Amino acid sequence: MRGDLLDVRELKVVFYTYRGIIKALNGVELWMNHEERLGLIGETGCGKSVTSLSIMGLIEQPGEIISGDVYFEGKSMQKMSMEELHDMRGKKISMIFQEPVSALNPVMRIGFQVAESISRAKDIKIKEAYPEVLKMLELVGLDSKRTASLYPHELSGGMAQRAMIAMALSSNPKLLIADEPTSALDVTIQAQIMELLDELVREMGNAVILITHDMGVAAEFCDKIAVMYAGNVVERASTVDIFEEPLHPYTKGLLKAVPKIGQSKELVGITGTVPDLVNPPTGCRFHPRCPYAMNKCSQKMPPLIEAKPGHHVACYLYTQEGEHNAN
Amino acid sequence: MKSITIEKRGKLRDFIARRKPIIEDWKHTLYLWKSTKLAMIGTVIIVIFILIAIFAPIIVPYDPISSNMSARLQPPSWDHLFGTDQFGRDIFSRVIVGSRIELWIIFLVSLISGGLGTFLGVVAGYFGKFVDEIIMRITDMFLAFPSLVLAMAFAAALGPSLTNTIIAISVVGWTVFARLARAEAMKIKKQPYIEAIRAVGAGNSRIMFLHVLPMCLSPVLVQLTLRMGTIILTAAGLGFLGLGVRPPLPEWGSMVSDGRSYLVAQWWISTFPGIAIAFVVLGFNFLGDGIRDIMDPRLRR
Amino acid sequence: MLLAISTLKKVNTMPTEVKTETLLSVENLKKYFPVKRGAFRRLLYVRAVDDVTFQVPKESVFAVVGESGSGKTTLGRTVLRLIEPTSGKIIYKNEDFTKISLKSLRIFRRKMQIISQDPYNSLHPRKLVKDIIGEGLKIHFHMSSNEILDTVKETLERVGLREEHMFRYPHEFSGGQRQRIATARAIVLKPEFLVLDEPTSALDVSVQAIILKMFKDLKSSLSLTYLFITHDLAVVDYMSDYVAVMYLGQIMEMGTKEDVFNNTAHPYTILLMNSIPVPDPRHKNKKMIPKGEIPSSINPPSGCRFHTRCPYAKEVCKKEEPKFVKISKGHFVKCHFPIIE
Repeated sequence: MRGDLLDVRELKVVFYTYRGIIKALNGVELWMNHEERLGLIGETGCGKSVTSLSIMGLIEQPGEIISGDVYFEGKSMQKMSMEELHDMRGKKISMIFQEPVSALNPVMRIGFQVAESISRAKDIKIKEAYPEVLKMLELVGLDSKRTASLYPHELSGGMAQRAMIAMALSSNPKLLIADEPTSALDVTIQAQIMELLDELVREMGNAVILITHDMGVAAEFCDKIAVMYAGNVVERASTVDIFEEPLHPYTKGLLKAVPKIGQSKELVGITGTVPDLVNPPTGCRFHPRCPYAMNKCSQKMPPLIEAKPGHHVACYLYTQEGEHNAN
Repeated sequence: MKSITIEKRGKLRDFIARRKPIIEDWKHTLYLWKSTKLAMIGTVIIVIFILIAIFAPIIVPYDPISSNMSARLQPPSWDHLFGTDQFGRDIFSRVIVGSRIELWIIFLVSLISGGLGTFLGVVAGYFGKFVDEIIMRITDMFLAFPSLVLAMAFAAALGPSLTNTIIAISVVGWTVFARLARAEAMKIKKQPYIEAIRAVGAGNSRIMFLHVLPMCLSPVLVQLTLRMGTIILTAAGLGFLGLGVRPPLPEWGSMVSDGRSYLVAQWWISTFPGIAIAFVVLGFNFLGDGIRDIMDPRLRR
Repeated sequence: MLLAISTLKKVNTMPTEVKTETLLSVENLKKYFPVKRGAFRRLLYVRAVDDVTFQVPKESVFAVVGESGSGKTTLGRTVLRLIEPTSGKIIYKNEDFTKISLKSLRIFRRKMQIISQDPYNSLHPRKLVKDIIGEGLKIHFHMSSNEILDTVKETLERVGLREEHMFRYPHEFSGGQRQRIATARAIVLKPEFLVLDEPTSALDVSVQAIILKMFKDLKSSLSLTYLFITHDLAVVDYMSDYVAVMYLGQIMEMGTKEDVFNNTAHPYTILLMNSIPVPDPRHKNKKMIPKGEIPSSINPPSGCRFHTRCPYAKEVCKKEEPKFVKISKGHFVKCHFPIIE
């Protein structure tokens, strides 16, 4: 058991479409402990969101999990019944989304929606949940009485995201999945929301998976970071290690591309384009864009190995054979 | 000599390679077409209808116009598949030839009402403000009357004939396309690519006809296909009321009308043209629904 | 008083060059959009751009930074007269651009181009790349189709694409490639001035780096001037020479990049910079960030527009609108209590 809260093992997910089979996840390895904050970083189409949907048990047609499994607190999710899954989603795992306004039901008042999620989490009637609603809304810094009687469209993006956080945390879940929670918000509001999330999660002791493309947000919030590329976790380490001693060529490239205030050096992008996952490159999916690519890279996907203590990477540069070849 | 042919072949290959995306797009359309059953059935019916119309002179066993009093009111038999009418004309031949008239009406009405409606709609939607007000108030006036009543009024005023039937149905029908094209144009003109082409320096007419119009066509085409059934029905309705195509031309609606006093004893006179109308209308409706599904961006990619 | 900025020497990056010539000068520009609100359909105005004055020196990058509702996007479009200004002057090379007739405006447009934010909707979905790029040539230079093909090919290579890309549809390209196509469409007309409206906000960082580099290279090889609109201060730092920070339709602070970033004078600019997440895990001190929500630009706050969120706000800030004052050569601030060392 690598992580006592969550362990995703060799998860492969495909989507069947007209263009062919999209190999969205290609054996994802991911694990985390209780109260850990894991950042899932990667660019468009790398499979961050599909991974989070798999963890929620929400992969539906035309998608399919073809191999691998997700273990939540040691229990296989593939083997869970629909009721167990449903129960887990309401009480143990919650999620917040990128577009908070559209993630809320447009014809229900905020108060009712929060009450509904509380009632589900605590198995009480919706009416009995109302006192709790005001408490939760206050906790996320909203004017509780007023907000409870508003409809989603009457809220700004920041306020709606606060309401979403109130709903997600009302069950005090073991795991909170935040899928790009601030990408649609302005920087000043983003800072407010991240600060709020930081405080609440610290107090309540939830584990968090923060899915983001913003290296800054991840650096400020997370303890551990997993970098994804084209359906694989290619590197996983503590946040400091990822930023200061990145091992995988993709992570290195990504860090060189991030603009930073007060840093006058030229930005370097990663040449080439993200592969088409209907016909992904063989072997390591990053090899066509990798400056260190070797013969071996195009033949077999390198496994995710522990190159240094607590620092995992999937790259032949760090396996013994690879080092040999590189020389 | 040889080198020239090689060069030509290279050019052809180039030509094909360049158009690969277009071909791919068509392949995709074909794939969607095959997977939409209704569209397939609709297409088959319409193709048969068009083939019959084209080859009508070869198929018909008898003259559909001239009467033969010795063979009047005969029931369906191997000689006369659909029987004969009160003037002894072979109904099978008349239905077959009638398909040409129906096709002609559909074609011209679609062209006139679709073209006029799309043009006015795009102009109204693109310019907005008072241009839009004027054009849309005119369409409102047309839409204030029930369409068949309006078509009847026009047909009655112009006098019954094939041309006047076409004019009457077109004049009634264009409003639908105008509204559709207007809504589409209003949406398209706000797209960033239209702003971009304006920034490049294109003038209004260029933007309107080369950039906005092509994007408005697909909903209009779908609607047009869905409306073709209605066009036949309206033409038949006018024919039935004696305001449409003049006898002895074998228009299906007027054929149904011809048989109505014999309906109890000689049911075949009205029934076969009626079935023909029903089939073709059904075909067009299936096709229209199918095209709408195929054009649906949610299905495409 | 505003001429000062254009006569300013650049401090750091290019010390040898002295730029004096102003390419674009915007004076008291306003754009109000009418909206009808409430049960009585009362006519109100969104003050998207409210009295903005600035100057863009030739061959420089002038960045406009702001959050949503700051009016930065409207400003970019109004400067090109894609949206007609409510009032104010836009002077391009000593010619009042607001007074030009619509007909000559079209010819003028060749020199001023825009690259917009959304690469997925800024290219006509039913046209081939060669037609998208070549259309401007047809309009302005009346070239034959062969000449157009040659020019398009040349331009595509310039933005890092290949000849074979000419005969494809936009949907076959990635976001970064589409932004290159949009750039090719703009530079094929040999413009002098480009408005870049958040050109990389829809792109991934690894692609953003490449596209920004392309804009930098094009600027020097084609002697372009950029009005760079963005919400990302880190990108501003990377790209620009001058910065204007906008908030609710007004410029709060303006000056050279060095002035605005190193001698920041407006509380809003400071708080905006504090809000930016730093991609450095060791940088974990608690920061002061603006409180509350961004107010609506239909009913902007009285006095200083930032007073509702400003930690330093005093009584006077609620009542009196601060003037846009010069605090040092070329450095302007709209604040009653600017922070000056």
